[in-house]
Amino acid sequence: MAAPHIPILRQGRPYKSLDVQTIDRLGTDEAAAEISFACADMIKYDMLKMSEAREKLKAMKSSDLIEITKKAGEIFLNDDLPIGVDGMMQSPEDYVLSLAATSGLPHSLIRMNMKRLGAIFGQVDDIFQGLTRGLDINVLDKGYGEQGGAPVSFSPTTNELAVILPSNSPAVNALWIPSIAMKVPVLLKPGREEPWTPWRIIQAFIKAGCPPEAFSVYPTQHDGSGAIIRRAGRVMLFGDDSTVKQHEHDPRVEVHGTGYSKFVIGEDEIENWEQYIDSIVESVSANSGRSCICTSTIVVPKYGDEIAEAVAKRVAEIKPLAQDDPEAKLSGFANPKFAEWINEAVEEGLKSDGARDVTAKYREGERFHNRDGMNYLQPTIIRCDSFDEELALREFLFPFASVVECPQAEVLDKVGYSLVMTAVTKDMEWINKLFDCPEIERLNIGNIPTNRISWNQPHEGNLFEFLYTRRSFAIAEMA
Amino acid sequence: MTTDEARSQLDDRVQEIIKWHFSEETGTPFWLDWMKDAGWDPREEVKCVDDIVKFDHFEDNWLRDEKNERFVPNAYKNRPFNVFETGGTTGLPKQRVGWDDYKHDYEQFSDQLSDEYFPKGGNWIMVGPTGPRRLRLAVEHLANHRGGSCYHVDLDPRWVKKLIGRKELDQVERYQAHVMAQAVEIIKHRDIECIFTTPKLLASIGERISISGHGIKGCFCGGTSMTPEYVRFLQEEVLEDKALFVPTYGNTLMGLAVSIPEELKENDYSVTYYAPQPRAILRIVDPEDTKKTMAYDEYGRVELTTLTKEFFMPRFLERDEAIRRKPHAKYAWDGVGDVRPFGALTKTVIEGVY
Repeated sequence: MAAPHIPILRQGRPYKSLDVQTIDRLGTDEAAAEISFACADMIKYDMLKMSEAREKLKAMKSSDLIEITKKAGEIFLNDDLPIGVDGMMQSPEDYVLSLAATSGLPHSLIRMNMKRLGAIFGQVDDIFQGLTRGLDINVLDKGYGEQGGAPVSFSPTTNELAVILPSNSPAVNALWIPSIAMKVPVLLKPGREEPWTPWRIIQAFIKAGCPPEAFSVYPTQHDGSGAIIRRAGRVMLFGDDSTVKQHEHDPRVEVHGTGYSKFVIGEDEIENWEQYIDSIVESVSANSGRSCICTSTIVVPKYGDEIAEAVAKRVAEIKPLAQDDPEAKLSGFANPKFAEWINEAVEEGLKSDGARDVTAKYREGERFHNRDGMNYLQPTIIRCDSFDEELALREFLFPFASVVECPQAEVLDKVGYSLVMTAVTKDMEWINKLFDCPEIERLNIGNIPTNRISWNQPHEGNLFEFLYTRRSFAIAEMA
Repeated sequence: MTTDEARSQLDDRVQEIIKWHFSEETGTPFWLDWMKDAGWDPREEVKCVDDIVKFDHFEDNWLRDEKNERFVPNAYKNRPFNVFETGGTTGLPKQRVGWDDYKHDYEQFSDQLSDEYFPKGGNWIMVGPTGPRRLRLAVEHLANHRGGSCYHVDLDPRWVKKLIGRKELDQVERYQAHVMAQAVEIIKHRDIECIFTTPKLLASIGERISISGHGIKGCFCGGTSMTPEYVRFLQEEVLEDKALFVPTYGNTLMGLAVSIPEELKENDYSVTYYAPQPRAILRIVDPEDTKKTMAYDEYGRVELTTLTKEFFMPRFLERDEAIRRKPHAKYAWDGVGDVRPFGALTKTVIEGVY
């Protein structure tokens, strides 16, 4: 497939910029796409007119937007869709190849993420019900109604949901898909190496009958991202702890930060640890370990060495393979420097006597690996003697986890924040304490991998509450 | 004028200015002392523009450390002078003395302006750095020279740079809003047809009001580099293609290099600037060997030589890089195109703060 030109989308209107950058197929000098870049001031100008885009969605029935979303999901998965401005079409297979070429993701992972995204489209009514705790969606059309016998009214907090997307995970687009059914236009800043997924989702929506004005996409530099973050009514972005800290008091901004997700086995179940290895391996390595819901710390009361060995042996089987190998589960790095920096950070942590790379003896070659011109990091399990070790509570963009022994009674004091925690236990007293802990966002009790989540229960922020605020109201009888 | 005629005019100018600044009677104390230390006499050795490379690069610290009086030519010894400062966004500001150069430069520039878009007798507004800058007097002189008056709204770029350095971007926006509020008030309530401002401030005004809708017909802009896409945005969206956008390149040390606004669109908004020859020369040099001029259509560093009786400054290396462009029918000498901060592709530069 020739390299398409991907334009800026200004409320659905393609705009070919004079500022064009090329993204290459990883490990080659061959162009995968030309991208039109927007200047920050253009974005500022367009944001002044976002109420016009919202009017387009407001004029539609929510129930119709739900149906459009479901139909868009089928189109996204199956149809040939326009790509770029020159009349080119992209088949689902073309999409897989294009995304693989610039992101380093294996085809199998892309297909898995496609299915995941398709499910989001398809379950949008369930998601809406989950997020609103059963609100009749028609309330959004009328502005008010009843819920559980009480009068309710909701007003939008914004004319747009802005999302600063990363390059490393197409599934994060799931976060904004339901926004359309909620009548809030989206304004997206795609990751440099990943214009493909947002573009394809938008084309699917438009083909399904959604007003094009609901979609704005601005590939841009830092100043453009800054303008979006400072000015949008609601913004989602992805970042590390410092980004979270920077925006913690700004209700407009929802930062999806480091997950620090954990797999914990209780004292009552630890003798059965071998039964949980499959779940742990999946939790650590699903989606090439890139999700914030992947386990990065395994906490057990005893058998730390044995569990580390068992998990290490299994994850070491996940090797860098050709991207089109159906067995490929490990993703390369689009930015080759990232792999170097992460590897250096792991090596630094291993200088301590209290941290050992248990995977080293099982894997072929070094952790840092180059294949087909791409940098990979091979799965790594670190046995840490205590939570004082630098690597005990770290999260990296590859299958990485530490194994730490800790008495059950001390776990909640030691582990800090967890986006997802799986606790394998039947101890009701401890379970009650876990449910009472404010530092756990999503809690799985029992043998459930941390990466398995349900979209009708948000694990990180509630999109409806982000986009709408409830007001009290009364309407006098009209003569 | 042909390129040969332009060249000949420039050679004559070089000889005239060298003779002026290096002769005891009219010369500049700084250059007379320099000549004693250098051990060679430019009057003997610099006979044409190509000989300018016999000078080393002019050092910007001379304009920070030397007393301003040392740059006063003996011919102007008893005339009080203006002191102008550079932007000061890339270190301590440099100072330059002057008398009438800015008037000459802007009268020459006025001849290039379209009367349709910059009507004679029309009033102006200048929104941007005033204070110790030459531009403050120059724009007002331009307005007066064309028969109008000039309103001013000040912006302190040095403060903006500090805010950016401290990552206080909210403060930057608040300060910009403060400046904008004043500018918008004047544009709304006074009869103004022409504006001078910087690209970012122009865009910022356009966010608040329709600039052309308030009677502004022409916008003369300068101050920072602009990508072709940004020029297009300013012309087509900020000015709504109703007012004329006239980009310029210049500073306190040079004067004003002009562009050809009527050809912007056909050139995909790639701007080429032509120095005010023979008063100043812009040369695109090889950054690794600055005596060497780059080939046409290649990027290189911008080198400025100023050749007036008030100020002689050979081979000053600007903070910018640009493409060397061929002479134009209207300007029979090299142009500099798509100016951007030097090293823009390899490092982050705080530029364009206003």
